[in-house]
Amino acid sequence: MGIDLPLLWAVIIGFGLMMYVIMDGFDLGIGLLFPFVPGRDDRDVMVNTVAPVWDGNETWLVLGGAALLAAFPLAYAVILSALYLPLVLMLAGLIWRGVAFEFRFKADEAHKPFWDKAFAWGSYIATFFQGVSLGAFINGFPVENGAYAGGLLDWLTPFSLFTGFGLLVAYALLGATWLVMKTEGALQRRMRALGRPITAVLLATIAAVSLWTPLAHADVSARWFSMPNLAFFAPVPALVLMASAALVRSLGRDDSHAAPFVLALALLFLGYTGLAISLWPNIIPPAVSIWQAAAPPQSMGFALVGALFIIPFILAYTAWSYYVFRGKVKAGEGYH
Amino acid sequence: MFGLTALELARIQFGFTVSFHIIFPAITIGLASYLVVLEGLWLWKKNEVYRDLYHFWTKIFAVNFAMGVVSGLVMAYQFGTNWSYFSSFAGSVTGPLLAYEVLTAFFLEAGFLGVMLFGWNKVGPGLHLFATIMVAVGTLISATWILASNSWMQTPQGFEIIDGRVVPVDWLKVIFNPSFPYRLAHMTIAAYLATALFVGASGAWHLLRGRDTPAVRTMFSMALWMVLLVAPVQIAVGDAHGLNTLEHQPAKIAAMEGHWRNEPGAKGVPLILFGWPDMAAEETRYKIEIPQLGSLILTHSLDGQYPGLSAYPPEDRPNATIVFWSFRVMVGLGFLMLLLGVWGAWLRWRGRLYASPLFLRFATVMGPAGLVAILAGWFTTEIGRQPWVVYGVMRTADAVSNHSAVALSATLGLFIVMYCAVFGTGISYLLKLVAKGPQQGEGEGHGHTPVPGANDYGQSARPARPLSAAPDDIDPALG
Ligand code: HDD
Ligand code: HEM
Ligand code: HEM
Repeated sequence: MGIDLPLLWAVIIGFGLMMYVIMDGFDLGIGLLFPFVPGRDDRDVMVNTVAPVWDGNETWLVLGGAALLAAFPLAYAVILSALYLPLVLMLAGLIWRGVAFEFRFKADEAHKPFWDKAFAWGSYIATFFQGVSLGAFINGFPVENGAYAGGLLDWLTPFSLFTGFGLLVAYALLGATWLVMKTEGALQRRMRALGRPITAVLLATIAAVSLWTPLAHADVSARWFSMPNLAFFAPVPALVLMASAALVRSLGRDDSHAAPFVLALALLFLGYTGLAISLWPNIIPPAVSIWQAAAPPQSMGFALVGALFIIPFILAYTAWSYYVFRGKVKAGEGYH
Repeated sequence: MFGLTALELARIQFGFTVSFHIIFPAITIGLASYLVVLEGLWLWKKNEVYRDLYHFWTKIFAVNFAMGVVSGLVMAYQFGTNWSYFSSFAGSVTGPLLAYEVLTAFFLEAGFLGVMLFGWNKVGPGLHLFATIMVAVGTLISATWILASNSWMQTPQGFEIIDGRVVPVDWLKVIFNPSFPYRLAHMTIAAYLATALFVGASGAWHLLRGRDTPAVRTMFSMALWMVLLVAPVQIAVGDAHGLNTLEHQPAKIAAMEGHWRNEPGAKGVPLILFGWPDMAAEETRYKIEIPQLGSLILTHSLDGQYPGLSAYPPEDRPNATIVFWSFRVMVGLGFLMLLLGVWGAWLRWRGRLYASPLFLRFATVMGPAGLVAILAGWFTTEIGRQPWVVYGVMRTADAVSNHSAVALSATLGLFIVMYCAVFGTGISYLLKLVAKGPQQGEGEGHGHTPVPGANDYGQSARPARPLSAAPDDIDPALG
């Protein structure tokens, strides 16, 4: 077969993870914004904007894990055992916020504030440790004899803590702009106001990560600053600046609804491509490439047939479900 | 922690998290299909009882589903975090199966769940029923893939080992491995049974409290029909499952039966009803046995014999003490379920189904029996597979990641505290919802006609949420 299966699978997994970041990003972001929105009704509206879709958003994370196991079992084994503690903490966070969604509506008055807090804390913990895992992934993992050869706490570095913080900012921006799109009135104004400082902080964070990564990783800087990569890469910072400027401007305009969200997505997408360029073609940085970690072609091929057939359907009915729940969500609107 | 090795801690952690997980999917699978039936009956007969029941059980389904999803999320990552050698060795088989589960089942459930839970007023009745059906189909597809994966670990075939890892050569053989059809049938029926018992118990509980409404009667009656029809089927399937296991995992069967050796000259193998298998002494103590029944059940002849546990080297024996008992718990509960079904049918025939306090109490107590039987069954299957993780191919001891006992103790502690807090609370909310019972007119204001003045979000301004919508509960017609 002439098909480069590992390459195709790397693209599919990259796509799945990007879908996850975009979709669960805004719904984790809503939890991150909870502390800034005290009103009970406003919080109900915030949660109602994602209630019908959050499960699907999270499923992209499950797809990421399953596809990694199917296509790159070695990478799945090494990365997950290396990131044991941050991943357990991330899962713990996702459990709290996932059930808080349902429980805050079923709890009696006395316990509602507790589940609101659980929702916010769960979102913070899940997002932070996702970011930490990302930073640790960029830093890379030592591999010997087909297994992770580092220690339990190797993931804990200043860089990974910083990427943890960076992801908090990024998801908060997605959440705020999503709410600008889905709500109206005072809540929407509040989100417009919050969106601007968050954008500024995010811009600073992206700049810091972009400097830090090549400085700390010679191989990454070699990849960036060699031709033809440099030519591909040169427009990215410019595009980031343009998108941020447009975002700040559209947040200030009262008639903008979807634009801020779309621009925030563009910003995240740019950051994501920068990352992909930095790591390519490694699936276990710094030294194991997608071809070295690949599953046998029988496994990749079998799963690929399903993926290529089914993903278009998934996208179609996911889109349909968003279409059914389009438009603004108002206070007091039904849930269950 | 408590002198346990890292391997033992990793096993406890996996067993603990998966045991919590399976409780929710079992109810999800059963309730999803039950909701399809209820919604179908409502659209067909237009009897409001069905609509009210649909909305009542949907709320319970939603809470249960959320807990199933978050506990499942943990499972999908544990293969890598705790069993990394297993993942890099056998991920080429289990990975694609899990990937197919996500692609064909999880997305289907998730995609249509929103419409099912929140879309009553947003899409037409036909489309809404379609969404409910898709969610139910998704749960069944999900069970199919994950059980294919688990069955392959029990009875592996269709692969070669090349360069120290599994390479699948025939996917049809991998999926349709010898134990898969039995496990799929047995588990799916188990989910239906467990749900029927749960629904039946909530009906019985309300009847005992004198809440004798048409909705309560309907759900009680439906549940008992289900138990009557399905409990005997489950016993027959379980029997066939056991015969299949004897063929492919005879050591497991010997452990389940507490059978150590064939006595020279004896006719057939007795069935040990109760006893205490002693691993060190290689015998079952204090046993009460029925001659030749073991042969009859497992070989379907009076003097057939099958190997005892002593025929296997000690390092290849599963722990008979646990498996012997977990198997008896499951089978015992299975026969109690049969009793419940038959007794219910008899009372129904005599016209006293809703009126016998003793029977109602029995039905209430049997509420959790299905879930207990499911756990007991999985303990039998999984502990009986030991010391292998992939039967005959990879030992559990070679599968575990290199984490220290300290790290595993810390995370195990975190899981235990958190699961008990989160899922404990969730289950108590669930029971509270059940205790509230189906209300008359529960689904009203959920009409399929667009509400005048509704905004383009399309929802009626009338909040349908049970607890935040206090004015809703005051019915002007009654007040
Ligand atoms: C017989 C059925 C069955 C069994 C044995 C398992 N599951 Fe499960 N699982 C389901 C049946 C199910 C389900 C019915 O499809 C769930 C329950 C609630 C739900 O949302 O879907 C689910 C949810 C669920 C989810 C969340 C899916 C989502 O995002 O919607 C994941 C990731 C897993 N499971 C993974 C696992 C793994 C790795 C298992 C093995 C150790 C496992 N499940 C055993
Ligand atoms: C959902 C129902 C299930 C329950 C209640 C269950 C229960 C258990 C228990 C109690 C153990 C510990 C056995 C021991 O160490 O003595 C175990 C181990 C294990 N099971 Fe399951 N299991 C379930 C489903 C599955 C499925 C569907 C898979 C795979 C696809 C699976 C894979 C494993 C693995 C990898 C281990 C760890 C290795 C081992 O200890 O054998 N289990 N399970
Ligand atoms: C009363 C007659 C029953 C018999 C003879 C029976 C037989 C069996 C056997 C032999 C196994 C082990 C399969 C293996 O080798 O791995 C098993 C597993 C299991 N049983 Fe049963 N069973 C019965 C009733 C039940 C009931 C009532 C339930 C639940 C409601 C149940 C749920 C399970 C589950 C979940 C498993 C583990 C999954 C599997 O291997 O299918 N069983 N059963």
